[in-house]
This record gives sequence, structure tokens and C-alpha cells, in this order.
Amino acid sequence: MRHVIEPEDLTLDEILELVDMGLSMYEDPKPYSKVCDGKILASLFFEPSTRTKFSFDSAMMRLGGNVIGFSDADTTSAKKGESLADTIRVMGFYSDIVVMRHPKEGAPKLAAEYSSVPIINGGDGGHQHPTQTLTDLITIKRFKGTVEGHNVAFCGDLKYGRTVHSLIRTLARFGSKKFYLISPDELKLPSALKRQLTEKYGVELVEVNYTEDVIDDIDVFYMTRIQKERFFNEADYLKLKNSFKLTREKLKNAKRDMIVMHPLPRVNEIDYDVDEDPRAVYFEQSEMGVYVRMALITKLLEVGPYARS
Amino acid sequence: MLEVKGIENGIVIDHMKAGNGLKIFNLLFSNIEHPVVLLMNVKSDQLGKKDIIKVENTFDVDMSLLGLVDQSITVNTIKNNMLVDKRKVEIPKTLTGGIKCQNPRCITHSDDYAIPTFTLLKSNGKLEYECNYCEEITVYKL
Repeated sequence: MRHVIEPEDLTLDEILELVDMGLSMYEDPKPYSKVCDGKILASLFFEPSTRTKFSFDSAMMRLGGNVIGFSDADTTSAKKGESLADTIRVMGFYSDIVVMRHPKEGAPKLAAEYSSVPIINGGDGGHQHPTQTLTDLITIKRFKGTVEGHNVAFCGDLKYGRTVHSLIRTLARFGSKKFYLISPDELKLPSALKRQLTEKYGVELVEVNYTEDVIDDIDVFYMTRIQKERFFNEADYLKLKNSFKLTREKLKNAKRDMIVMHPLPRVNEIDYDVDEDPRAVYFEQSEMGVYVRMALITKLLEVGPYARS
Repeated sequence: MLEVKGIENGIVIDHMKAGNGLKIFNLLFSNIEHPVVLLMNVKSDQLGKKDIIKVENTFDVDMSLLGLVDQSITVNTIKNNMLVDKRKVEIPKTLTGGIKCQNPRCITHSDDYAIPTFTLLKSNGKLEYECNYCEEITVYKL
């Protein structure tokens, strides 16, 4: 039994294999429509989610499986003070695989210690979000042809943005040697992660204050939202929420084949008229999340293309 | 000169830097039932001044925690008035409990099942431990 708590739980070969399997499922989903017949996904969302929860639900249903779960922890025994470990032990009797999102960082790792079924981390606080990374990589592969070998810029909330933390580390594992980081001082990439990237992977981190300074050198522009729920007080959030905004004007000097990604939801960090630009692929990115999650579910359940012979 | 007699059975925590004795006493021995002696500012050739703790009828001690607080410590085990073992502490490479994760969002602060566990990352100058749950780095400070 395997869990996916952080991207490092998958080897680079496994990630590439999941990306390719997800693309196959996207191109022709029919052969996979019954491979999870009789299987149940428990979808435990202790924190709100739209895309991650519903893309997992959709992925399981497209594989012919069923879904149980909640998206509001107040309706569960967690509200009564039940330990996560106890909740997870019981969910092992009710389901074959669990996806969970939790506001506390490290919660999925605790869950994995007590679970009798595979656990997938659907996001823990500002820490990790491995299936968003898979979603990001399948999108890059679909639009750029390969997962690796691109100049990537991250913009917005790099401090609390778990999607950034997971993706940048994974791209570094794939051999990326330089990233552009565009964020206000208060929301820079955590120093521990920066140190890991530079010392362990030999990555160069180029921090800039203006998107315009580097836009012409970027292949993949990864925008993130300034996340209100990660701030302890409203005043700090209001001060920073409009820090960086992507407009058509800023895209003027960008490469014609650059892609603009965003894990969504967006609030106001990308102008709506950017949606019309062919380089904006964030809605397709959400779409691809379903297929790469289908691939991951089949792998962890060892069914369909991953069935043991 | 102040004199304290030796112990028949138990442990002697020796070569603590002056000032660390009280910290260790509070961490490990403040609620112990057996007789304990804390000696402070004892003359030492090696350290100038040192602290010593003698605990009677006790042989178990958390070597990790001692190593975390003071790497110069040696622990002597005495049985029937004889020195039977002498151990030097080391900086612990892993820690279970002892310190708290500095990340307020870490699961170890809100779930009793999540015992804070850490892995040593760096030990030159300051001790940096990575939380095994949230990966945040906590610099050890007593």
C-alpha cells in the first residue's frame, strides 16, 4: 500500500508515467470507465475546496467507482474533538482510498501513519499539494510537449502557496536550474525551501519585483492567489492582495508560446480579459486535473492499467 | 569547601557547563521521587566551572535531551559504589518530543497523536531540526 503525501512519494519515472497515463485517459477515457467498479473513494475535506474535491470525485466516478465524504468538517466528529487518527482508522473500513485536505500542516502524514488504505494529500495548510503538482505537470506536458526544460516564473503568494512549494521542488528534481520569483517581500518563498532548492538541487533563484523585467524570458508563467485564509489578520491581507496583477498589457512582451497557469481560484490577480489570450491555459489546467487524478487513483488501487498481473 | 558524598547506586551527570544544571534538573528531575543532588559552579579543570547532578536509584536518563542541552556532558553509572559505565552524550540526530515545532500551523500543536518528531539538519553553531510532519525548521533554544 502506498500513500502520496508529498511529490517525493513518487519517483520521477512514476510522475512521468502518471502524466502520460493521464494524457491517455484524457484522449480516450472510455477503456477506463469501469476499472474502479465496486471501489469507494472517501473524500475528506476539512477545509473548503472546489477543484480538488470535485476533480477527485469526478475522477473516481469516471473510473466507475463511488464517492463518500464531506466538505465541511463541522458536520463530522472532528467538531466534537475527535483525533484525525481515529477518523482515519474508521474510514479504512468504509472506503478503499482516501483523499484529504486539512488546514494543519503535516495532517496527511499523521493520517497515513494510522490508515489501512492509501491516503492522498489534497493539500495541507501552506505545506504541500502533490496532486496539484501532477495537474501542473500534465498541463505543461500537454501545452509545451515536455515536463522539463522550461523557464518557469512563479508570481504572487510564494510564502503560503502550497502549490508553488510542491511544484518548484518537483521541477528542481527534474533538473530545472533557474526559477524567477515575483512576489511582495512579505510573501517570498520560505527560507527553508529556498535553502533546500539552492543547496540540494543547485538551483538559481532570481527574485524580481516587476513581472515586466523578466516576462520575455519565460516559458511557463505560474500565477497564484494571495490567500486570505493563510493570514492571521485582515489588515495584512488587504495590504497585499492587489500586489501583483497580470494584465494583457504585461503580456505584450511575452513569448508567443508562453503559457499562463494558475491553480485557481483566482480573485483579481489575472484580469478577465487575459482569458481570451491563447496563452492562458488555467481552465484547461483544471480540466487536466481530473485525468491525472484518474491515473493516480488507478495506480494506488492497482486497478486498470496498474492491475497486478 | 562544600562536600557531597558519593552515591551507592544511580547516575552522575557530569561536565555540564555552569548554568545548564538547573535547566536539566527542571527538564528531567523536578518530579522524580528518588534523592537528587544538584551541584552548581563546581571547580573544573576542563570547563573552569561546571554543574553536576547525582540521582540515586535511577539508571535511565534521556540521553537525547541531555545531548540537546549540553554536548559536553558525561553520564556515569554507579552500582554498589563502583563506576560501571561512562557515556558521553551526542547531539541527537533525531528527536521525539523535547522541543516544539515552531510552525503554529503544524499538526503537532493540535492533535495528541502527532508526537513532535524531528531530524537534525545542521549542527554548526546552532542546532536546526526539521519537523517530520510539516518540514518547518526549528532552531533549538532552551
